[in-house]
Amino acid sequence: MSILDTAKQAAAGVLSKLRPETPPDPLIARQATPGKHGSLGTSVPRIDGPRKVRGKARFAAEVPAEHLTYGALVFSSIPRGRIASLDTAAAEAAPGVVLVMTHRNAPRMKPPAGFMSDPRAAGSSTLPVMQDASIHWNGEPVAIVLADSQEQADHAATLVAVTYEAAPARLNFAQQISQSHQPESVLGEPPMIETGDAEAALAGAPIKVDITYETPRHSHAAIEPHAATVWWDGEDLVIHDTTQMLHQTRWTLAGVFGIPENRIRILSPFVGGGFGGKGLWNHQILAVAAAKLAGRPVRLALSREAVFRIAGGRTLTRQRVALGAKADGTLAALIHTGTVAMTEHNNCPEQFTFPARHLYSAETFLLEQRVTDMDMLANTFMRAPGESVGTFALETAMDELAERLAVDPIELRRRLEPQQDPTSGLAFSSRHMLKTFTDGAARFGWDRRNPVPGSRREGEWLIGLGVATATYPYYRMPGGAARITLTRDGEARVAMASHEMGMGTATVQAQASADRLGLPVERVTFEYGDTALPHGTVAGGSSQTATIAAAVTAASGKLIADLLQRAGNDSPLAGLSAAEVEARDGGLGHREKPELFESYASILSRAGLEELVAEADAPPPGEAKQFSMHSYGAQFCEVRVNAVTGETRVSRFLGSFDCGRILNPRMATSQFRGGIIMGLGLALMEETQFDERSGRVMNPSLAEYHVPVHADVPEIDVIWTDIADPRAPLGAHGIGEIGITGVGAAVANAVYNATGKRVRSLPITLDKLL
Amino acid sequence: MTPFDYARAGDTAAAVRMGSVAGARYLGGGTNLVDLMRENIEQPASLVDVTGLGSAIEERADGTVWIGAAARNTAIAGHAAIRRRYPALSRAILAGASGQIRNMATLGGNLLQRTRCTYFYDDAARCNKREPGSGCDAIDGFNRIHAILGASVACVATHPSDMCVALAALDAVVHLEGSAGARTLPFDALHRLPGGRPDRDTELQPGELVTGIELPSLAFAARSTYRKVRDRSSYAFALVSVAAALDVGGDGTVRDVRIALGGVAHKPWRAHIAEQSLRGQPATEASFRAAAAAELADAAPLTHNAFKPELARRTIVAVLSGLTETPMKEMAP
Ligand SMILES: Cc1cc2nc3c(=O)[nH]c(=O)nc-3n(C[C@H](O)[C@H](O)[C@H](O)COP(=O)(O)OP(=O)(O)OC[C@H]3O[C@@H](n4cnc5c(N)ncnc54)[C@H](O)[C@@H]3O)c2cc1C
Repeated sequence: MSILDTAKQAAAGVLSKLRPETPPDPLIARQATPGKHGSLGTSVPRIDGPRKVRGKARFAAEVPAEHLTYGALVFSSIPRGRIASLDTAAAEAAPGVVLVMTHRNAPRMKPPAGFMSDPRAAGSSTLPVMQDASIHWNGEPVAIVLADSQEQADHAATLVAVTYEAAPARLNFAQQISQSHQPESVLGEPPMIETGDAEAALAGAPIKVDITYETPRHSHAAIEPHAATVWWDGEDLVIHDTTQMLHQTRWTLAGVFGIPENRIRILSPFVGGGFGGKGLWNHQILAVAAAKLAGRPVRLALSREAVFRIAGGRTLTRQRVALGAKADGTLAALIHTGTVAMTEHNNCPEQFTFPARHLYSAETFLLEQRVTDMDMLANTFMRAPGESVGTFALETAMDELAERLAVDPIELRRRLEPQQDPTSGLAFSSRHMLKTFTDGAARFGWDRRNPVPGSRREGEWLIGLGVATATYPYYRMPGGAARITLTRDGEARVAMASHEMGMGTATVQAQASADRLGLPVERVTFEYGDTALPHGTVAGGSSQTATIAAAVTAASGKLIADLLQRAGNDSPLAGLSAAEVEARDGGLGHREKPELFESYASILSRAGLEELVAEADAPPPGEAKQFSMHSYGAQFCEVRVNAVTGETRVSRFLGSFDCGRILNPRMATSQFRGGIIMGLGLALMEETQFDERSGRVMNPSLAEYHVPVHADVPEIDVIWTDIADPRAPLGAHGIGEIGITGVGAAVANAVYNATGKRVRSLPITLDKLL
Repeated sequence: MTPFDYARAGDTAAAVRMGSVAGARYLGGGTNLVDLMRENIEQPASLVDVTGLGSAIEERADGTVWIGAAARNTAIAGHAAIRRRYPALSRAILAGASGQIRNMATLGGNLLQRTRCTYFYDDAARCNKREPGSGCDAIDGFNRIHAILGASVACVATHPSDMCVALAALDAVVHLEGSAGARTLPFDALHRLPGGRPDRDTELQPGELVTGIELPSLAFAARSTYRKVRDRSSYAFALVSVAAALDVGGDGTVRDVRIALGGVAHKPWRAHIAEQSLRGQPATEASFRAAAAAELADAAPLTHNAFKPELARRTIVAVLSGLTETPMKEMAP
């Protein structure tokens, strides 16, 4: 390590000591007693569940509107160039058609502000939408047809005749790699981290692996395709969207259409799966523009094909992992570098080196992310962007190294366990990674693994076990505000424009708010999914739980202070400060003297109030700057590989996680399992077929784009440490994304153990094993 | 989707009359045709719904079994006589699509379903099957699911059906009814190789209706099976599949054998060469291997399906070996 780096790390350490630490969330210490008080940590069923299974939850594509028109898109069939001719006459003459909008008659609009360019921005791409004849990717919308029915719109869309002048396009990733460059930043982090001379250390290391790994493009395949139902009401714009970034979409659309933000309202009470894909794409902009042109409401519900063509997915990667080890297994060098495809008009460099920045100790590091610009649909976030594919490379390489060293892969991780964050030098806030391995190994029966590949066979089936590290950062987004409305009958409504995409957000936040206010969970409603509510933040980076909790904590602090003030001199609480009281049993009470208590109802009625409202902003998320805050896990996999056909079937899986306190075991299990299932798809079958001659996606359908079916998914066992992180609100880390991380490598390592074949390029299809 | 007329046929004669009009197409369960209409790949002017025509499954006195063209895939796969006498057929159907699709899909529609070549499915791509003379983007494109046997420079598409592979192996006879009257075709003569006319999948004349198939009384088909190799456990088309029936004499030699392959050609591929080389040979792995090698000798793989000849050889050997070893009581699905 260079002197400079040592100094930097020391400085970081000092800094973190200097800054005052916020005391742990008091709710961490309060254990719920099921049936009595407190509901965090118990398996409250999903509040939105009954409505969904009864078909009563209304999604964006189902919102009724008078004089509704239905939109259908026409996609470009070249990757780059210009529209040479455009004939809409036949489409306009078709039955039921209201209008055809193209770049010729679309309202003038500003390009959307790109995500990350401003904390308020949501644009998945900064390209202008349908403003001129230029084409930037194969699949770009060139026309939208509005008609009185969806069928009429779909039909008329086939009648729009377009010809193109094609221009040379950058479509071949292997060729484009030579043109790669470092992005300015990777989600605000530097694209390159270098400590010491890692290449020299690698060259001098007695044992090493130096391997290239590849992962393909993936497309979003949420059960609910993207959709928007929109209308103008004079100068006001109403959008029923399916989104995971409500206020960001509003701010960005205000810019696109040049109208004040407060004239736009976006509602999104139910989102049928987001996974990073439900952002601001062309369709919302086109729907709003077309509604303006038509003077009628518009519904633009994307077909499955349209999702593949205009809503981006995970980009492809080529990664190098080189590990230089000493005889004792410690690392002299950890190198993780690589390139992904991106476009000039988006900013999503797929942070695949992030795991290597925080997982293992090494004497030298070289971690570098590069991007190469291609003519394609803007790529975007998809469940654990970076970590999902980054752990495939890193954790397969770890397995390869363990074999060279002839040590058990779990033992190797023990030897590499760092005392502090290996690249930032920050202290870990809460790290129990080795426990996830130990607990998981015991439960999974890791000791039954034979390290010699190909040594277990049952009939045609070769059986193998594999393990890999899972990891995901703790994020809490800056911004966000919550409002609590406490009513005289002892109920509370907690509101924040956050997002419920099926994770259980509404349920868990109702639980957390109930415990925070000392109310039973049935007496608390959590309101979300509407820009009319106080500002929420993006539902991304597994951050919502912490972000909402921090805002609700702030609002409840304000509420309690206000209640004490209004309680007056006749209250048992008279003269008590906020620090002396706690919320419990439907009111406030002295922390130590149980007799000093007054119910909310009593306080409010004495003060002559029907309800009391408190709203507050969340404090800025300083905790993750002072500490290295990450979640960890160990993924255990058993595969059966058919010796005749090469077919791989996962027969057992266990995920063991360290994500702070688990707030609702039922919801958490579902999130972890869902992540693991998506990881099985990543490992074994998912691949967007991007034809490098035309830039066209050739499998835009769920028949040909394979995700796991039920029969591909074995029983998945999930366990966790449940150790609270004292720096996180509620002691909890987000859990939405970590489940997918490490799965690719766990499967690949199990396949190696079964067959002796290393598959270094995903997906692991049977041809790679024949 | 382009607007179209719809009529339900009350009997075969009416169906043929309506189906012989230009632009008319027969409609079975619609699980393939309607998809293609939605993708704008097919634009029939009228649909003649034939799901109300014969759907009976009958064992006849002469030992044959009759299956009406409107019989649903699920009904065929679950029929006791099919399960007992032709397990390969039952297994092949159950290996295909999903429960919901099989409940809708008819025998006639399954036979006439079109290729899953993704360039055929995308009207922005060149495809000689969809638009004769336009070219083929699959030959140098994504061709993992494409043909290794009997393809042409015009077309490398495969026939996607599982059921048809079993029917090809079982020597089924296809019954047709057209404006020129009724006729029959041996199953192997129903589907075509692409040659220079990949737009023609089958030997059917325009307007000709499939009324049913007849399974011959093939006693040793009771020892038959179907194995499908695919990219996920279910709900994926075959990369390679094998239907086979095997009759081994008391002396351990192959008395008779039927083998057909799926996922390798423009039609369900009856493995005549392998069958011929096996008859009279000892039913051993060595013979099976030699037969498989002979059948695949002319295989011409493309960029992404180079694995298929080896996969096909291995699967043939495994299926035949399994048939020699499996106890009779485990044969039926
Ligand atoms: C997602 C998906 C997955 C699938 N997976 C598989 C699989 O793994 N294996 C497999 O084998 N299949 C699979 N299939 C295909 C499925 O088996 C076929 O779609 C089905 O068998 C077609 O039957 P149908 O009755 O619905 O035909 P239709 O869609 O109604 O018709 C198909 C064609 O047959 C013609 N036709 C129908 N009846 C007659 C008749 N009596 N005479 C003449 N022509 C007729 C129609 O005009 C049309 O051209 C899958 C389909 C889908 C959508």
